[in-house]
Amino acid sequence: MSVTLTVAVLLFLSLAGFWLGRNRAVAVAGGRIANLHSVPNYYGSYMALSAGLPALVLILVWVALRGAVMDWMVLSAMSPEQLEAWARVMLAPAELETLLPSIADGASALSQTHRQLLLINISNLAIGQAQYVNPGVIDSITPAAGHLAQLRGLADWTLFGVVVALAGGVLAFTWSKIGPEFRARNNVERIITALLVLCSTIAVLTTVGIVLSLLFESIRFFTKVPITEFLFGLQWSPQTAIRADQVGSSGAFGAVPLFTGTLLIATIAMFVAAPVGLMSAIYLSEYAPKRVRGLVKPVLEILAGVPTVVFGFFAILTVAPFIRDVGAAMGIPISSQSALAAGVVMGIMIVPFVSSLADDVINAVPQSLRDGSYGLGATKSETIKQVLLPAALPGIVGAMLLAVSRAIGETMIVVMAAGLQASLTLNPLESVTTVTVQIKSILVGDQEFDSAKTLSVFALGLVLFLVTLALNVVALRIVQKYREKYD
Amino acid sequence: MTEIAEPMPTAMPVSLHTGDAATKRLKARYAAERRFRLYGILAILFACSMLVILLSTLLKEGTSAFFQTEVKLAVTIDAGTIDPQGTGNPAEWDRGAFQTLVTDALYKAFPDITGRTEKRDLRGLVSPVAGVRLGQMLDKNPSLVGQTIEVWLPASDGINQIVKGGIDRDLPEIERPINDKQLAWFDSLEQRGDVKSAFNTTFFTASDSNYPELAGLLGAAVGTLLTMLVTLAISLPIGVAAAVYLEEFAPKNRFTEIIEVNINNLAAVPSIVFGLLGLAVFLNFFGMPRSAPLVGGLVLGLLVLPTIIIASRAALKAVPPSIREAALGMGASKLQAVMHHVLPLAMPGIMTGTIIGMAHAVGETAPLLMIGMNAFVTSAPDSLLASSSVLPVQIFIWADKPERGFVELTSAAILVLLAFLILMNGAAIWLRKKFERRW
Repeated sequence: MSVTLTVAVLLFLSLAGFWLGRNRAVAVAGGRIANLHSVPNYYGSYMALSAGLPALVLILVWVALRGAVMDWMVLSAMSPEQLEAWARVMLAPAELETLLPSIADGASALSQTHRQLLLINISNLAIGQAQYVNPGVIDSITPAAGHLAQLRGLADWTLFGVVVALAGGVLAFTWSKIGPEFRARNNVERIITALLVLCSTIAVLTTVGIVLSLLFESIRFFTKVPITEFLFGLQWSPQTAIRADQVGSSGAFGAVPLFTGTLLIATIAMFVAAPVGLMSAIYLSEYAPKRVRGLVKPVLEILAGVPTVVFGFFAILTVAPFIRDVGAAMGIPISSQSALAAGVVMGIMIVPFVSSLADDVINAVPQSLRDGSYGLGATKSETIKQVLLPAALPGIVGAMLLAVSRAIGETMIVVMAAGLQASLTLNPLESVTTVTVQIKSILVGDQEFDSAKTLSVFALGLVLFLVTLALNVVALRIVQKYREKYD
Repeated sequence: MTEIAEPMPTAMPVSLHTGDAATKRLKARYAAERRFRLYGILAILFACSMLVILLSTLLKEGTSAFFQTEVKLAVTIDAGTIDPQGTGNPAEWDRGAFQTLVTDALYKAFPDITGRTEKRDLRGLVSPVAGVRLGQMLDKNPSLVGQTIEVWLPASDGINQIVKGGIDRDLPEIERPINDKQLAWFDSLEQRGDVKSAFNTTFFTASDSNYPELAGLLGAAVGTLLTMLVTLAISLPIGVAAAVYLEEFAPKNRFTEIIEVNINNLAAVPSIVFGLLGLAVFLNFFGMPRSAPLVGGLVLGLLVLPTIIIASRAALKAVPPSIREAALGMGASKLQAVMHHVLPLAMPGIMTGTIIGMAHAVGETAPLLMIGMNAFVTSAPDSLLASSSVLPVQIFIWADKPERGFVELTSAAILVLLAFLILMNGAAIWLRKKFERRW
C-alpha cells in the first residue's frame, strides 16, 4: 500500500464526506433549506475539511519521519558481528582500526558517512538491486535488508490503516453533529482562516529554516576551525586529508581571499551597472519620448529575464576572449578567467535591476520640484543634477545597496567565468574566486558530510546570508523612509 | 523718403544676462545639457547593444545545432553478429554489435583501405555511437534483420563541425580533429551524394550524452516540467493564501509586521542560500533523494514564494474597497466577500505575478546544483523521485564540456530556454493587457 494510494483514498474519503454532509444537511432540514443555519454546501465542506486535514497532516509527518525512524530501527537491530563483517570489507584499514574497539556499541560507533554508506547498501539489497552492493558484504547485511523490507511494508500498511480509521472516525463524528442549529459556515471559516494564517507563516518558517540550518552546520565547522582563523585568515585551500598520512592537505580555511574576490567582482559590476543603469533610468523618465520608452522598456525587461547561466555562457564565449584579445593587443597578459570579465558581465546583468529601481525612485519625486526649478530658468540637466538627484538620493542609495547585495549573492556568472584559485589580489586582470564559487565547487560532487571542507560551505553561506540580509534591511529601510517623505 | 535718425551710440549698461560672457555661459550650459543627454542615450545604447550581441552570438552559434550531418551507408544487418544466441528477440540483441555493423559497412564503402591506422581514421568519419541509432531503427522494424539496408547515420563530431564551419578546414592539419586523409575520404563520400544535412531530431528526442551528436534536451525539458509542476503546486496556493491573509484579514500588530519585513527580505536572499537550505533540510534531515524534481520543485517553490506573495498583495490592494463594502453590506461574511468577490477580481494580477515568478524559477540554476541536480542522466525522468536534470543545469553542464559540438548545443539549448521564457513573459503581458482594469 503506497503513500500515493493512501493519499488518493483519503481524497476519496474527503469527497465522500462533502457529499454525505450535504445530503445529511438537506435531510435534517426537513425539505426547507431555510431551516438550516448555513447553506448545505457548508455542511459538506465542514465534513470534507475535518476528515481530510488531520489525516493529511498525519501523512506528511509520517513521510517526513519514517525514513529516519526505520533507518534507526534497522541499524540498532544489527549485531556487532554483522557490523564488523561489513566494516572489514568496506572500510579502509586505518578507519577500521579506529572503529573496532567501539564496535560493541553497535551502529552508533560508525561515523555519519559510514552509516550512510551502510544504509545505502541495505536499502539497495532490500529493493532487490544486489548488483549495486559489494558481493562481499551481502551475507552480513541480508538480515538487515530483510528487516528493512519488512518494516517498509508494515509501515505503509499501518499508515493506511491509521489514516482510514482517523478519517472514518472524524466522518462519523461530524455526521452525527450535523443539525439545523449547527453553525457550519462559521466552523468552515474558522478552519480556512487558520489555514491562511498557517500559509503566511511559511515565509517566516523558511527564514527560520535557513538561519537554523546554516547556523547548526557552521557551529559544527567552528568546532573544527576557529572562527578567527575563518574570518581573518589569509589562506584558503579547503583540501582536508583523506588519509591521516597524506602530504600537503592540512586544509587552510582563511576566507579573506574569498571576501576580497567577491568584493572585487561586485565593485567592477557596480562600476558598469551604476552609471549605465542610473543614466538610462534618467533618460527614460526625463527625456525619452513615449515611443522610445515603449521600445526600450521591453528590451530592459528581456535583459532582466535572461537566466544567469546564459550570462555565464556569454562571459566565457564572448566577453572573456574579447578582453583577453584586447589585453594581448596592448601587450598586457590577462587571465582568461579574469575578475574583469566576470564583473563586467555581472554588471550587464544588474543594469535592468538598477534602472527599474532608479526609475521608480525618480518618478516618485513630485512634479512641483521640477516645475519650480524650470521656473527659475534651469535647464533639464541642471534640474536633474541639482534638484532631482539630491531629492532622490536616499532612494538611489537604497537601490544601489540592493544591487550590491545582488552582485554579492550572484552565483552562476562567477562559477562559469571566474576562477577557483583563491588569490589575495585587487588586480582585476587576475583570476579571483568568490564565496559563491567556493560554495558551489566544494558541494557539488562531495558526499562527505562531516568533513571540515563540506562544513565550511555552510559557514560561507552564513556569511553570505548575513551580509546580504544586512544590506537588504538597510536598503529597504532607506527606500521606505524616502517614500514616506513624498507620499 | 523719410529720414531715420541714426541711433545714438550710447553705452548700454551691461546686464548679467546679456553680453559676451553671458552668451558664452549659456552656450556652455546648453553644451552640458546636450552632453548629459548623450550620456543617457549612450547608456541605453550600451544596454540594448549588449542584448543584441548576446542574442546574435547565440543565434550564430546555436542555429547550426538544429542540423546534423548524416552519412549514407549500406549496412548489412547480419543476424549472427547482433543476435549471437539466435533467439530472434530484440531484447537479447548484443547492443555493442551494432557499431561493428556500421564500421563493417564503412570498410565496404572504402574497399581499398586496409592498414590499421587508416582503418581507425576511417572509423572517425561516423559517430562512435551511430550503432545506437541503428539499434533504435531495428527495434522499430525487426524484420530488417538479415537484409542490407541503406541508412543515414550521424557523422562524427569532427566531421559535423567541419561541415558546419565550426572548425575551419583550412587550418593546419595538426590543429583540427579531422586529418587530411579523413577529409579526402569524406569529400569523396560527398561527391557520391552520400552526405546530407538533416534536421537534428535527436536534439528534441534524446537526453544527455557524452557524444554531442547524440545529446538532446528531452530529459532536461521533462525534468523542468516536473520541477515546475511541484513549484507551482507549492507556491501558488500558499502564496495566494498568505497574500489574502496579510492583505484582508491580518490585524496591524507586531506579528504581521515581522511577517511583512521577513517576506521583503526573503525576496532578496541569494538563490544559492535556498539551495543550502534544501540540502540541509530536505536532503540531510528528511532524507529525500538527490537530483529529484520533487526536491528541486520544493526549493524553487520557497524561492518564488515571496515574489508571488508580493504580486498577489499588489493585485488584492488594487481592488477598490467599495467591492468589499458592497458584499459585506449584502450580508456576506468577510471570507465570503474575499473569496466570492475580491479574489476573482484580483486573479488576473495574481496570475501575471505567478507567471513572472515561474519564469524566474525556470531559469534558476544555482540552488538546483546544491541539491545535486547536475547528475548525468541519459533518460527522461519518469517520476518526481527519479534522477533528473533541468534546462538551465543542462546548459551549465554542456557549457563545461570541451568538445566543439557542445558549444553549439549549449547555444541551441539556451535559445530553447529563452524562447520558453519569452513565451511565458508574453503570456503574462497578454494577461495584463487583456484583463487590466482601471477602477
